[in-house]
Amino acid sequence: MTALTAEDELTAEDETPLLEVRHLTKRYAGVAALRDVSLAVTKGEVHAVIGENGAGKSTLMKILAGVQSQDDGEIVMDGQTITIGSVERALQYGIALIHQELNLADNLDVGANIFLGREPRRFGLIDFAKIAKESRCYLDMVGLDLDPTTIVSSLPVGVQQMVEIAKALSVDARVLIMDEPTSSLSRHETDALFRVIESLRSQGVTIIYISHRLGEIDQIADRVSVLRDGENAGHLTRDQISHDAMVELMVGRDISQFYARTEHPIGQGVLKVEQLRTEAWPQHSINLEVGAGEMVGLAGLVGAGRTELLRAIFGIDRTIAGRVEVDGQPISTLNARHAIEAGLAMVPEDRKQQGLILEMGIRANIGLPGLERNRIAGMFLNRTQQRSDSDRMIREMRIKAPNDAQEVQYLSGGNQQKVVIGKWLSMNPRVLLLDEPTRGVDIGAKQEIYRLMEELAEQGVAVLFVSSEMEEVLSMSDRVIVMHEGQITGQLNRSQLSEEAVMQLATGSRNLTREA
Amino acid sequence: MKKVLGIFGLLVFICVATALMSDRFLTEFNIENLIRRSALFGILSIGAAFVIITAGIDLSIGSVVCLVGCLLPWMLVEHQFSVPLALLVVGLISLAIGLTHGLLITKVKLQPFVVTLCGLLFYRGLTRGIVQDQTQGFRGGFQGLRELSQGEVALPGTDFGIPNPCVILMVVAVLAIIFLNFTIYGRYMLALGRNETATRFSGINTDRMTILAYVICGMLSGLGGMLFVLDVGSAQPVDFGNFYELYAIAGAVLGGCSLRGGEGTIIGVIIGAAVMQVLKNTITLVDAIPTNIEYAVIGAVILGGVVTDELVKRYAARRRAAQQAKLDQ
Repeated sequence: MTALTAEDELTAEDETPLLEVRHLTKRYAGVAALRDVSLAVTKGEVHAVIGENGAGKSTLMKILAGVQSQDDGEIVMDGQTITIGSVERALQYGIALIHQELNLADNLDVGANIFLGREPRRFGLIDFAKIAKESRCYLDMVGLDLDPTTIVSSLPVGVQQMVEIAKALSVDARVLIMDEPTSSLSRHETDALFRVIESLRSQGVTIIYISHRLGEIDQIADRVSVLRDGENAGHLTRDQISHDAMVELMVGRDISQFYARTEHPIGQGVLKVEQLRTEAWPQHSINLEVGAGEMVGLAGLVGAGRTELLRAIFGIDRTIAGRVEVDGQPISTLNARHAIEAGLAMVPEDRKQQGLILEMGIRANIGLPGLERNRIAGMFLNRTQQRSDSDRMIREMRIKAPNDAQEVQYLSGGNQQKVVIGKWLSMNPRVLLLDEPTRGVDIGAKQEIYRLMEELAEQGVAVLFVSSEMEEVLSMSDRVIVMHEGQITGQLNRSQLSEEAVMQLATGSRNLTREA
Repeated sequence: MKKVLGIFGLLVFICVATALMSDRFLTEFNIENLIRRSALFGILSIGAAFVIITAGIDLSIGSVVCLVGCLLPWMLVEHQFSVPLALLVVGLISLAIGLTHGLLITKVKLQPFVVTLCGLLFYRGLTRGIVQDQTQGFRGGFQGLRELSQGEVALPGTDFGIPNPCVILMVVAVLAIIFLNFTIYGRYMLALGRNETATRFSGINTDRMTILAYVICGMLSGLGGMLFVLDVGSAQPVDFGNFYELYAIAGAVLGGCSLRGGEGTIIGVIIGAAVMQVLKNTITLVDAIPTNIEYAVIGAVILGGVVTDELVKRYAARRRAAQQAKLDQ
């Protein structure tokens, strides 16, 4: 930090950017994830980078942090063109990335994590006294009064996040990239994080802040850069920052067209969940209902138990108590097979791990859930049926591929997600559960996924979707159910919907079920 | 299919090379013996292939061969079991072993490597305990039963015959091919071997399919053990079937199974098993190759095979990605 003060005077006057990327391009297997992207951050600013899922934010950040290299374009730091290329080099330049999923060895203590890989040594052995002493100094900087010998796993997520920041500071980070830092933090922890960000800014640390929560960005960012479909969509200065301005740049088209909602009647409850207790949150029982043609958003912080709830309804995870009904018929034992037979379908959170078999072709993936239903003579594959199902899905969903045997690993994120949705549509479900349906897909595919969801709802399918993207929740839902720490804290219908109302319920600062 | 052709090419190459270097290779006795051994190991390799396709492993194959191979003559000769009863018992033992492995792996969630490593030790120790380390043999009896392994089906109009184990292998292979390629259960196994989670999320009971794979492997190991002992006539519990699991696994891998799961063809596996046996034969027959480097040669050939396979795969992957990229632009 001391080295910076001298430099401070030099850079303060001429406003030359501390870090600049110029015309950056990155392709994955020929597909451009970033195209000619430029960005400049100055010393001591909080620079927000926003964009829809798949806009290229994480690719850009990975390049800056040295996780990946660009194909084209240059990165300039302090006026010098630099080649990053590895995490070690990025750290040498003072660029540190704090991932959304924390990267701590949580079986070790705080001090060990801060100095992981750079342990001070004495006579060849780890110098624990020095680790303890220096750790305290970095923990102070993030406002943590914590014993460095505390085991990380025993700390709440918010505190772990601070430890991660302290770790970044310990390598003299001048540019701190924070990827969705508040996605699993409570209101209180978020406030604490913002205070730390303020104090780091005043110490001259530059922060690149990535978030889906536009309210937060309004609150702390000095400038905003917007990415859309891997390209620059625009920049906003402090006085230009507003919710509407940001959304307009992110979506880049008429919002009412983008989130394709039409008026259609909502029918009887198709999906009914009664007194369901998941293994993750056994103390809370969940009741909810989704009507025919209704689209219900499930909002909440990361870790609020939304994914666990969907998995329990679909019978992937064991439940402790409760029952699930489809069209008034209870599912006898909750397992995925019975759920599918009852007309449930689920597009899981992790497309590559849970949704698809990457090394198999499109046809094989789409056919998988229906193999049993379509079998011939009790056990033989029905290849004709499989082929016609996959042909229909490829056509209807406009899946781009050379042929239906193309292994899905080579498809783009959006096309992969269409295959996942397609494999369930071929089952003609009554209830569609979706977990973060548009994560990591480009904006065109996103619009198509929304269109599909809407079409299904129009046909009377009950849709229940989890999303961490506020705009998606606000725009696509007929009704929003908000969860906090494993319980439903409230339901908001369209007239009550707002980002603030959702966040209050999501962070637990309000609980409508208790008020009622 | 290309992979099968590749491994078949390797088999042909080794055969031709050996025939050129040794005049003892193409004798009737040698060929018949080679086919018999290849068929016996082919049966074991098919069993191994099923567990490997589900991304598992079975290290206990050799010990199951030993257990069955010793218990069969022990029951028939020492304890005068009737033939059907003895066969029923070894069948049930093999079934129980496979079932136990499958249940431990799916329900107790132990790793296949660990479970079957324990099996490898346990069944051999058990066998040695039961038969008191005594060699078990048919003592010249049970010729009718031994025909299963020693006999052959005469090819009409020639002096040659197809050894019975080879006929049995063909029956097993046809059933395995139908199961793996034409039934939904075969598809489930391939899918779960690639990605168990996604398969489970598709509403498929993956545990049941995994258990089935270990049962198939256990049963085929038992069948192999029975045929081996019927072939040679006696079994020494200390080393009967020693390392057979490694030959079985190597044959499967050479034949195109990936230990990462979800990949493999039965034809390839049979050819892979044959390559192993021909190689052994080559080393014995060709004087230029010292017999004591047998394992080095086998190891090098397998390594060469999998490296080639990996390179071919990478090339294919690049081509497919490029094809897709053209579309996405």
